[in-house]
Amino acid sequence: MRYLLRRSAHAAFLLLGVSLLAFAFTVLVPGSYFDEMRLNPQIAPETIVALRSRYELDRPLPVRYVHWVIWLAHGDMGFSFAYNTPVAPLLLVRARNTLLLTVTAMLLAWGIALPLGIWSADHLGGLPDRLLSWGTAALLLIPDLALALGLLVIAVKTRRLPTGGMVSPNFENLSFFGKASDLLLHMTLPVAALVLSVLPLLVRHVRAAVGEVLVAPFLLAAEGHGIPRRTLLYRYALAAAANPLIALFGFSLGTLLSGSLLIEVVMSWPGLGSFLLEAILARDIYVVIGGVLLSTLFLVGGNFLADLLLYWADPRIRTERSA
Amino acid sequence: MSGWFVVLVALHALVIFAGFFAPYDPTEQDRRRPYLPPMRLHFLDNRGHFHARPFAYALKLGEGSFDQYEEDIGRALPLKFMVRGANYRLLGLLPSRLHLFGAEEERIYLLGSDAYGRDQLSRFLYGGRVSLFAGLLGAGVTVLLGLCVGAAAGYYGGWRDDLLMRLAELFLALPWLYLLFALRAFLPLAVSPLEAFFLIIAVLGAVGWARPARLVRGVVLSAKERDFVHAARGFGATDGYLLRRHILPATSTVLLTQAAILVPQFILAEMTLSFLGLGVPEPVPSWGNLLSSLQQYSVLVSYWWMYLPALIMLPFFLGYLGLGSELQERTGPCKIEGRLGGLE
Repeated sequence: MRYLLRRSAHAAFLLLGVSLLAFAFTVLVPGSYFDEMRLNPQIAPETIVALRSRYELDRPLPVRYVHWVIWLAHGDMGFSFAYNTPVAPLLLVRARNTLLLTVTAMLLAWGIALPLGIWSADHLGGLPDRLLSWGTAALLLIPDLALALGLLVIAVKTRRLPTGGMVSPNFENLSFFGKASDLLLHMTLPVAALVLSVLPLLVRHVRAAVGEVLVAPFLLAAEGHGIPRRTLLYRYALAAAANPLIALFGFSLGTLLSGSLLIEVVMSWPGLGSFLLEAILARDIYVVIGGVLLSTLFLVGGNFLADLLLYWADPRIRTERSA
Repeated sequence: MSGWFVVLVALHALVIFAGFFAPYDPTEQDRRRPYLPPMRLHFLDNRGHFHARPFAYALKLGEGSFDQYEEDIGRALPLKFMVRGANYRLLGLLPSRLHLFGAEEERIYLLGSDAYGRDQLSRFLYGGRVSLFAGLLGAGVTVLLGLCVGAAAGYYGGWRDDLLMRLAELFLALPWLYLLFALRAFLPLAVSPLEAFFLIIAVLGAVGWARPARLVRGVVLSAKERDFVHAARGFGATDGYLLRRHILPATSTVLLTQAAILVPQFILAEMTLSFLGLGVPEPVPSWGNLLSSLQQYSVLVSYWWMYLPALIMLPFFLGYLGLGSELQERTGPCKIEGRLGGLE
């Protein structure tokens, strides 16, 4: 229990720190969203001053931070200047889309990496294993950007898959299954890019972790008892190798979040990444802060989930007494 | 000397001496030849005769088309070596006009041309300067920053250690591309290419310092308890002397390995920023903004060769990946880091 408490305190500390950091950086911002307005002769200078004071851009930073935290406690993430609406609803829709992408990619990547890595570890040194190693090394080599663009080029050439957006223009008129399949079709490309970007890393780690365990005496004993190979690999070897893999789980989430930022822009997926880019270019600071914080929240949440898993999987941590 | 290192030096020489290896000036436009496909080099002409000197056919517009080119069999452009062409400064100093190759009658485009008829090959080579050196200098700044922070935290310990390491954890907690974005968001947008270049390096350094700092701290913690360090302190050595002579040299392998891992990541980071329009602006080429035209659907559909630079830069990444894992193996058992992952 103490372990979990410590982990949650750590997560809270991280969120607090990131929000402070994000706010501190806003001081460095040269200019603001309203600077563009100032160039517009149709807008009176008084209006801009009024707007600035309404959004508290003229207040000192600590005051703004405290107010922002109070807003946040009320479920308000500030105001988007560019969209002229509160940030929270905008951001939540985008965050949902990003999560849809990253969680699917995450499940898929692990779903492929586990059997592949275990199989590879079981056939360590064989020709298929070596081919797989070469394959993952090659994938590791290709930059995400090149990978995403390459997939796009292929999709465009074959004309089979939609190359941008989240749904077709006639989405509203489709039946439920039509909607689902349309969404799936649009997800294919970005998810494929994301999966391919993390897959080599995962396969390599699974292979290394399981391969290390496979030579352990207890597995030899289990084999001697006539336990079927499949049970041996998936129940005994995987459980013993789980520890580093769970740590990797939380970490792969961060990789995926970063990767999705780029891939969303390239594949025009209406997620957090493309939204954030827009906000940066428009100097829409509350959107930027909210977006960065939300992505940190995902990451911290993922790491917390990994901690929970570790707590469940590793009896050593459960029985740990020292703080 | 490792093989990977030699490969990398050779590849970097290509880019450093871009003026010589690139046939044309990267910003020189030819508005009559937008989106020219890559010219193929031939040894056999259309009658089947062999020529020792490779040649390309000039391209002409196809019948009734405005962007489909075909080879003009009548006009062969023999490839000439060591030709005089556009002015450049070798290493930024020596003025020269010598180019490795070129053609006499017309410009030849081995990688095709972009929307303004600029030679993609020349842009790739010159762009490599920006991208590779942003990566190298960014890694240098990062490692230096990590060294200072890690040494301070490890050597002095106490509250300084706590403070610095908590801060490092903060930086490690953020998804690094978001962090990069956030930092870039809070810096000026419209800047000159040179300013943008240094801005990117500064941002990269600010993003990546946490991991080397943690590693350096670990090394310093163990190094400062070594017997000869205690002995030196007993003889009255100052903190500065101890750090300089006995402790920091122990961190060199860690730093070198970190640098080899960081450079390709930072090249990618620069590419990402420039690709999205947050990095080095046109007309200066960088690997990122070379690819950014692919954001337009029409380019993606019609002009596939705009994608070629992404393929040609792979050997550079291969070199760094090889060097990084070799250094890691040499310094001890350590897991292979992911491209994006290594920053954690």
